Amino acid sequence: MDEILKVEHLVKTFGTNEVLKDIDFSVFKGDVISIIGSSGSGKSTLLRCINMLEDATGGRILYHGNNILDGSIDEDQYRTKVGMVFQSFNLFNNYTVLGNCMLGQTHVLKRSKEDARKRAMEYLEKVGMEQYINAKPRQLSGGQKQRVAIARALAMDPEVLLFDEPTSALDPEMVGEVLDVMKNLAESGMTMLVVTHEMAFARDISKRVVFMADGRIEEEGSPDQIFNHPQKERTKEFLSRFTKTLKD
Amino acid sequence: MTIAEMNFFQRMIYILQRYGLSLLEGAATTMVIAIVCTFLGCVIGFAVGLIQTSEPHKNSGIFKRGLLKTVKLILTAYVEVFRGTPMMLQAAFIYYGMSQIFGINLGMWSAAFIIVSVNTGAYMAETVRGGILSVEAGQSEGARAIGMSHFQTMLLVVLPQALRNIMPQIGNNLIINIKDTCVLSIIGTVELFFTFRSISGALYTYFEAASVTMIIYFILTFTCSRILRYIETKMDGPSNFDLATSDTLAFTSGMTRYNKKTGGTY
Ligand SMILES: Nc1ncnc2c1ncn2[C@@H]1O[C@H](COP(=O)(O)OP(=O)(O)OP(=O)(O)O)[C@@H](O)[C@H]1O
Ligand SMILES: [Mg+2]
Repeated sequence: MDEILKVEHLVKTFGTNEVLKDIDFSVFKGDVISIIGSSGSGKSTLLRCINMLEDATGGRILYHGNNILDGSIDEDQYRTKVGMVFQSFNLFNNYTVLGNCMLGQTHVLKRSKEDARKRAMEYLEKVGMEQYINAKPRQLSGGQKQRVAIARALAMDPEVLLFDEPTSALDPEMVGEVLDVMKNLAESGMTMLVVTHEMAFARDISKRVVFMADGRIEEEGSPDQIFNHPQKERTKEFLSRFTKTLKD
Repeated sequence: MTIAEMNFFQRMIYILQRYGLSLLEGAATTMVIAIVCTFLGCVIGFAVGLIQTSEPHKNSGIFKRGLLKTVKLILTAYVEVFRGTPMMLQAAFIYYGMSQIFGINLGMWSAAFIIVSVNTGAYMAETVRGGILSVEAGQSEGARAIGMSHFQTMLLVVLPQALRNIMPQIGNNLIINIKDTCVLSIIGTVELFFTFRSISGALYTYFEAASVTMIIYFILTFTCSRILRYIETKMDGPSNFDLATSDTLAFTSGMTRYNKKTGGTY
């Protein structure tokens, strides 16, 4: 199997606070991995280290075998390959929906305007936002913003997409539309790493589930293993809080 | 009829008839200095504000870090000195200092441009710094996450939003500059206030000359503030947007208008 990312002994400290302790795991092509765990366990920090928004303190992150932390690769080019979708959308407020989806293509990938526009439209259609190309972010609902943010990330043709709680900032009635888009993406073979509190999504859509606690990977396995036969006490304890919601 | 026999309004009209052209010239000089120097001040302010808010790259060595620190220190000194002293003294300091120490005789125009720009730049630097900080961190993270460089992120995403946020202060600075060019009369720049002093000195009609000049100043500043307000609303773009649709059977026009208030199309 084609290994895109391999995280080895990753450590991240903020001052004296060790947030990530010896993290090891791999992302293969076509993987859909859900990362679950309680608040403060280091899930966001892990994604931000992988996207290089935070500098890892120790360990290695291999991208197709090359360590991205030793300064040997072009950071910006790497980021085009490893896209990120944020909880707070982070759409550019000074551009329209279409502009948001074109900016990176024209300025980073140096695509022509027509080409960028064509691809932007293609992905906006995929997320059902093609009618809103002329809107500014402030004119959209949260769910619509997140769908545009996904289209913006897709337009860069990334190999992996990182999602950091993409539905946590949304009103309940908008969560579904974003999860539907992500479900379609997963089914189309996109490699995804999703930090989520949506246990139904983690159980039904992902191929692997990673449970984090206190900056470590406590348990990792198939959704069936994690949700139906958890081995560790902490996993059971964490999941027991969600069993009610999962039964619905 | 002599001036002594005229009433208030007749004197104002007399001043306008006799000195209208000088007043116009003075007003034009004032406006040219104010507009050019506000613009140059913004350029200086953006340059200084950008440096002040930039962090050393994580891979940069001790020399680069030291250099950035030194430059920031010098710029902070510049900002504090020029914000902390009266512009009238700065004008005297630069104008007479240049001729006494360097033997350079700055002309009226270059002296005026240098002094007001450098002074405005000091104020704008702080404004721009605040403007950059007011753009939420998520905006640059969003840009970095799709591979945009620090420079592209600043130029395309952060600075345009910072500029929009500080437009009211830029307008404020322009209006202050229109009024404050009057301190340049200390180095003999023939602007609107200088013209006022000449007229009042020649005719001994201080009240009427002051009234006329005040009205002119007010017209200038009021017009500018209206124009700037208009530019601001232009920058915000339309409050409605067009829903694009390819379904030409449903919408013969191809576009429908989305109305935020009603939440539907009309
Ligand atoms: N920039 C920072 N500086 C200092 N500490 C930080 C920083 N960012 C995160 N932390 C700390 O790191 C720990 C892990 O934070 P992180 O955001 O990764 O958790 P999380 O698992 O994503 O939680 P949540 O589910 O609430 O999003 C927390 O204790 C947090 O206080
Ligand atoms: Mg988080």
